[in-house]
Amino acid sequence: MALNLNAIGLAALRRLSSSGVVERVGLKTPFEKLLYEGSRRGFQVGAAGNRVFKRVGTLGKPQRPDVAPTGGVFDLTPTEEQAMFREAVARYADERLRAAAADADHAAAAPEDILTEAAELGLAAMSVPEALGGAGEPQSPVTGALITEAMAHGDMGLAIACLAPVGVANVMARYGSVEQQSRYLAAFAEERPPVAAIAIAEPRPLFDPAVLQTRAVRDGDEIVLSGEKSQVPLAADAELLLVSAADDNDDSQVYIVERGLNGIGVDADPGMGVRAAGMGTLRLDNVRVPVTARLGEDEGCDPAELAALSRLAWCGAAVGTAQAVLDYVVPYINDRQAFGEPISHRQSVAFMAADMALELEGMRLATWRAAARAEQGQPFAREAALAHRLCARHGMQIGSNGVQLLGGHGFTTEHPVERWFRDLRAVGVMHGGMCL
Amino acid sequence: MINLENPKRYRGLVDQAHQVAAQMFRPISRTYDRAEHEYPKELDSLAAVLDGMNAGNADGGAGAGKLQQDKNEDGSVVNGRNMAAVLGMFELCWGDVGLALSLPRQGLGNAAIAAVANEEQSKRLEGCWAAMAITEPGAGSDSAAIRTRATVDGDDYVLNGEKIYVTAGGRCDTVVVWATLDPDAGRAAIKSFVVHKDNPGLEVVRLDHKLGIRASDTATLRLTDCRVPKQDLLGSPEIDVKRSFAGAMKTFDNTRPLVAAMAVGLARASLEETRRLLEDAGVTIDYDRPALAQSAAAARFMALEADWEAARLLTLQSAWMADNSQPNSMQASMGKAKAGRVGTEVSLGCVELAGTLGYSENSLLEKWARDAKILDIFEGTQQIQLLIIARRLLDKTSAELK
Repeated sequence: MALNLNAIGLAALRRLSSSGVVERVGLKTPFEKLLYEGSRRGFQVGAAGNRVFKRVGTLGKPQRPDVAPTGGVFDLTPTEEQAMFREAVARYADERLRAAAADADHAAAAPEDILTEAAELGLAAMSVPEALGGAGEPQSPVTGALITEAMAHGDMGLAIACLAPVGVANVMARYGSVEQQSRYLAAFAEERPPVAAIAIAEPRPLFDPAVLQTRAVRDGDEIVLSGEKSQVPLAADAELLLVSAADDNDDSQVYIVERGLNGIGVDADPGMGVRAAGMGTLRLDNVRVPVTARLGEDEGCDPAELAALSRLAWCGAAVGTAQAVLDYVVPYINDRQAFGEPISHRQSVAFMAADMALELEGMRLATWRAAARAEQGQPFAREAALAHRLCARHGMQIGSNGVQLLGGHGFTTEHPVERWFRDLRAVGVMHGGMCL
Repeated sequence: MINLENPKRYRGLVDQAHQVAAQMFRPISRTYDRAEHEYPKELDSLAAVLDGMNAGNADGGAGAGKLQQDKNEDGSVVNGRNMAAVLGMFELCWGDVGLALSLPRQGLGNAAIAAVANEEQSKRLEGCWAAMAITEPGAGSDSAAIRTRATVDGDDYVLNGEKIYVTAGGRCDTVVVWATLDPDAGRAAIKSFVVHKDNPGLEVVRLDHKLGIRASDTATLRLTDCRVPKQDLLGSPEIDVKRSFAGAMKTFDNTRPLVAAMAVGLARASLEETRRLLEDAGVTIDYDRPALAQSAAAARFMALEADWEAARLLTLQSAWMADNSQPNSMQASMGKAKAGRVGTEVSLGCVELAGTLGYSENSLLEKWARDAKILDIFEGTQQIQLLIIARRLLDKTSAELK
């Protein structure tokens, strides 16, 4: 059966599946096959630099994320659709990302087949309006947080590689002008969605995304970008970059940078962890973009809000990876024998596990709350900041305890906990890269 | 649909409880901290107000009085009594934990009665002020080791033993006493009995002097041939090895979120006061900027506030689960463990941030830090909560994970 996932749309497939039609006609397996393995038909991830972004569609005004109404009820139950989507993504991530994680970590790059499958999952296409050929689903930070969590449970580095373009699509949907959405957002619904990433961090201590050394200087009808951006996912292959820079008034704004422009240099910069994301340094040496490349054009974007949404994406990743640590450690300490009994029979061991579980749950709830507020159109900077503090600190502690509980075994690459330890340090460090 | 904001339907309740805390508790907070064991007479008029609030609110209102598990018949999500009680307690304990614990007719014994009493008992005991007597000189966290004895004699039980750390034990009119029908039969033989304060066999031996919550009286009670009619036993009189102790412990699934809520309310008071003092000193907390790019005081404050937020949300989660009939033992212990430790860390951290100003009796910050410590001890210590979480997480029995 030849199905073009993007043509039908993941959302449509999901609706089909939840309606019961899928089971009735025995389509469940092909559906899952599509989700998990992909048909590969028509999908490819190409070399950077040769892509031309064409204006498509008939968008009259910019599409903006819907503000979800709240029933005013405190509720921790995902919608049916969210639950189903999360489960599908979790199964994909736990099978495919987990299996590919060690090699990708070693190679400091995501394998092409994983990136292709991620494109086929159509996560970015969900942010594309129907008028531009996308699924036209209302963009949901809560769904985004759930998906990021599920992906990072498989592997954080590969999750970032897969979700970095989704973040660009989300930001385009939230802030892009009609022209920008028609040109760039529409591309995410194409058969070959662009390799894309958000570049915010700069290489210095105490970095603050509101205080940038990367400059955007107006020169006639052009803006000249100069500076250095660090830990940019998919740096070697990215065709489309969202780069934050300070303008003549020292205000931070974001600029759309196509990879083919003169003056762009990229150096690989593999770090302690999340290596599969293919992190690199982006050097901008008098890169000239038209004034229309400013995200949102005259209206600009809300860089503080963008930073908060990015923090929340990293929180989702922290929750997923911390859950992976806990899920790995629990059976290990129950099996591992010392002094004639499982080590989990000792309070010193058991209490560490209990601590990990309760701090993880706190991280998750704080992340959900901030995401839900974002979705409801309420202020969420404070909630995102608090969630991020929790995820940076307790996420790292969970990673460290994970290695500790495996002892010497945890220190070797025979077990994934040492990788999770390295990955979880990223949460307190990164800016940009991902965005809900 | 995922939403972690306070339910709309309880805005009125939260507002009322906050008014009580701000206008009735705060002004007398220091007075009764200094005058330990003096009865806060202001609470009598307040109790009448609260009774009115509770009567007007089908969900039980603020305080510990009426906790039950709810369920919507159509299966939709419920924000019910447990949520309401937790939200009310946040506010009351933002005012003063000791006074909140002294609210007439809102004792932890009332919560136990609400959880396990039969219909006849509930009716008969309506309007009582019930304290909870579990701990003994030789049995604290190990409540299965209690030695207070209940012996059958005709239509009565005869109770003998000593109970300590009975919150509101001096002021209440009723005590729910845990006693064993057979010390050799272990947990299954432990039952709770309603004992009225005018029972000649019940004596208040003394009141303790404490680190904090001094507005709340903490009593030692002695039971000497204390006769209790059989109908005042709560729950089943049978010694059922499988079920009865679990039944007694089930009360905690509903009351732990409430004690966690006390710590959350108290810690919020400390955070608010400290934020005000820091702002006066020129330190603002900027949530848009990374914590580490701000001053050390701002970063410390954000770290404390973040842990407080986690404690608050875990507490709400456990109450939400109770309202929706989801087994919540593990989450109730998570909330209690996190809130217990956060209450102390936050309030002590706030004293440190405020310096000598926070240490002085001129501020309530030092009082809140003293008050906080008990919240990591009673209704199950931090360590007991971790034990409960660990046993569930690791699927261990109490014999395996001691």
